[in-house]
Amino acid sequence: MSNSAKAEAVLALHRFGMGPRPGSIAALGTDPRGALIAELNRPLALAAAAGLPSSAKAFRTVADANARRTARAKQAQQQAKKQQMAAAPAMSEHQNQGQAQAQIQGQTQGQAQGQSEEKDAAEMAAKKAAEAIPDPGRPIYLQEAKVRTEAALAADIGFAERLVWFWSNHFCVSANKIQSMSGAYERETVRANALGRFVDLLMAVESHPAMLFYLDNLDSMGANSTAGINRSRGLNENFARETMELHTLGVRTGYTQDDVISFANVLTGWTLVPPGVDPQHGGEFTFNPRLHEPGGQTVLGKRYDQEDVEQGRAVLRDLAAHPATATHVATKLAHHFVADEPPPTLVEQMAKTFRDTEGDLKQVAIAMVSSDEAWRGPPSKLKRPGEWVVGMVRATGITQVDPVRYTGGQELLGEALWRPSSPKGYPDDEASWIDGVGRRLDVANYFAERVAGIADPQAIIENVFASEVAGEVKQAVDRAESRQQALALLFMSADFQRR
Amino acid sequence: MSFVHHLPTRRELLVGSGALFAWGQMPRLARAEGRDPRLLVIILRGALDGLGAVAPVGDPDWISLRGDRALVLDGKMPALPLDSFFALNPAMPNLHRLYRSKQASIVHATATPYRERSHFDGQDVLESGLVRPGATGSGWLNRALFALESGGRVDPRGSRALGIGSVTPLVVRGSAPVMTWVPQKLLPASVDTQNRLLDLYQHTDPKLASVLQARMKLASLDGTPAMGDPMSDDPTLAPPGIARVRAYFADAAGTAARYLAKPDGPRVGAMGFVGWDTHIAEGAAAGQLYNLLGALDGAFAAIESNMGEVWHETVVAVVTEFGRTARINGTQGTDHGTGTVAFLVGGALAGGRVIADWPGLKPAQLFEDRDLKPTTDLRAVLKGLLGDHLRVEENLLAGTVFPESADVRPIGGLVG
Repeated sequence: MSNSAKAEAVLALHRFGMGPRPGSIAALGTDPRGALIAELNRPLALAAAAGLPSSAKAFRTVADANARRTARAKQAQQQAKKQQMAAAPAMSEHQNQGQAQAQIQGQTQGQAQGQSEEKDAAEMAAKKAAEAIPDPGRPIYLQEAKVRTEAALAADIGFAERLVWFWSNHFCVSANKIQSMSGAYERETVRANALGRFVDLLMAVESHPAMLFYLDNLDSMGANSTAGINRSRGLNENFARETMELHTLGVRTGYTQDDVISFANVLTGWTLVPPGVDPQHGGEFTFNPRLHEPGGQTVLGKRYDQEDVEQGRAVLRDLAAHPATATHVATKLAHHFVADEPPPTLVEQMAKTFRDTEGDLKQVAIAMVSSDEAWRGPPSKLKRPGEWVVGMVRATGITQVDPVRYTGGQELLGEALWRPSSPKGYPDDEASWIDGVGRRLDVANYFAERVAGIADPQAIIENVFASEVAGEVKQAVDRAESRQQALALLFMSADFQRR
Repeated sequence: MSFVHHLPTRRELLVGSGALFAWGQMPRLARAEGRDPRLLVIILRGALDGLGAVAPVGDPDWISLRGDRALVLDGKMPALPLDSFFALNPAMPNLHRLYRSKQASIVHATATPYRERSHFDGQDVLESGLVRPGATGSGWLNRALFALESGGRVDPRGSRALGIGSVTPLVVRGSAPVMTWVPQKLLPASVDTQNRLLDLYQHTDPKLASVLQARMKLASLDGTPAMGDPMSDDPTLAPPGIARVRAYFADAAGTAARYLAKPDGPRVGAMGFVGWDTHIAEGAAAGQLYNLLGALDGAFAAIESNMGEVWHETVVAVVTEFGRTARINGTQGTDHGTGTVAFLVGGALAGGRVIADWPGLKPAQLFEDRDLKPTTDLRAVLKGLLGDHLRVEENLLAGTVFPESADVRPIGGLVG
């Protein structure tokens, strides 16, 4: 392997992949670009996810547990009250005495205290009974996290997994709101379409119960819809606005407040089957005509006269095909993979591919890695915490993770899995992440201690850089006082953190 | 929210390492004598400066060698006299007290057979007990344990050795089962690691350097995060001040002692402490090394108190991969060297002695004109302990425990 081919293989793995594993650099051979493209032709489905529940099933499981918890709590509270009633005669006698005494002493607070203790006991009993039924959402979340992370560890290069991560963040939901569905959501929407057409990805996302729940569309109803009139309630614009601003066109691309309102009207009725009423289909997407604003709507100057779910689908199709969407998507992809300020000609080339192929996302990804401009710039991107941690684990050849530890680490590093603080998702620029370097050092130090027994720093430096690394890094690793310190310095080096 | 809260509990670890099985009993021969000895090995990773820990104040060349960095009896921080020749670093009053009550000894000018200066290889030789690095995956302490039950009749379900830390130290790894315990408090990246990283960034990435520097500055404000610092609610981000290092050493060593003290617990254990690679601003009398030795001294106190009634059956051997340069370098520190000290602490010792065949400090007396010359093979000390304390037979000591050491005679009389 020539030096330049080796350098390109190292860059391919760090910039476009999940980072090198033992043997990765050599395995890329003389054509790293071809290897990246080849990976996109393999299926993205996860065999390990076979046993995981669908999002609707997960949602029903949690709803069932919640319902049982409420019932148990009620039962326990009633029982506690009954017991208190049974004990009441003795109590009242005691209380009478107390009252008499209190009158003498001019005090009455003893009685009030007794009553509040009774109430507390009933509430405690209810709380305890409820806690006996654990929340199934967290174990599902952790299992999903494990499967997802281990897919990233197992990937040869990890370009396709990086694209899954990218799109998952672009179309983010938050596990703070819908913990049980967050993993299944990613599998059912992003993983199923990340290498397909943008319009299909968009359609899957916007009609997914997790997204509708997250962006408050479940109860959005047209002012003139049946439900809207009966319940005197109306529109929630959140979903429509974020779909245009974040998912498709991009901010300040010409749509107006009127467009947002019209689109929100179009999307009324996009909701889910209540989990309690249908044990088979509860938690699945449904179009509820009773919530839907009747009549045609105008969005971005175009009239949509469809009467049902097709109205929304038609708008989404047009948003997916809008040139602003092509530019928005191309910019974000290049910004994520290549540079905080990506070369405009690279972005335009990717946007053109998007437009020319009707949003074929695989072709857009291929256009990116086929362009010299995507390779030319210095490794200025600071890896996001998730990439960086997975990169460390891959470097050692470890293929399994403890999801509790992993998600805890991600949280500490500011990139809690599937929990961004806003629908905008996690940022992708250096300024947002660089102040977290101190936290990274703690995590690197901890990880290094854990693996120092099995990981040889000299082997790992070869695994991840071949010889393509600053002499200073080699020297720091050579001179470290322990394997742990050597590994911590290696993982913290700019060469390992930047790509 | 905190990373450390997700660490497995002690019980999980014990279950995970199979340590809930009954532990095998202990040194059979010693048992037959009515004793039940305990041995704990502490590895100081990074290479301890033996001259900064135990100063040869009686050597006429001492002051000229180290200048104003030399520990002396009448300095601002007076060294603690051990005998007419040696004095102990003032950070170690516990060790001094134990030494005076004959429960501690010091071996000076000692080294393993390793004569290069790589930490990793040096630690490998120190812990494997072999004369060359990278030759085996087992340690001398584990092989000694295995040898105790001759014929390999070690109950494979029993955990006989205790390893402390996420990584089981090599010295205790091997065929005899090991139980491990990870301290709940993890030691964050040391000041030394931060300094090295900062140096690396300054040469390769100015932006990362300025961020790290700002963080270190914040941390140096006496452990108090600045007002309004968004990170201040996170306990893992408190700076690794000396208080935390002290707490960690005492916690880890004290826990090891608690296990070893149990009637049905393991009888040998091993652990490592990092941070001894003092290339810059060593600070023997006040600073880095002083602080670390103080933390180690606190660990001795924790062991003594947690061993309780079995302290009189206890030996703690504190060893390091090699020493440091005899002279101070250009950055007020010391570089990798050769001869150094080993501390022996415990109620079972016939202590109160500095064991040294003193080589002298004149340039010609130094090893390669730079390091304290090693005159006592560390294996002789360890063989003496294993033989007299645990009753490992001498032919096994020279065979499987410390191969190629037949000509290294065990030092007798270390234990009482």
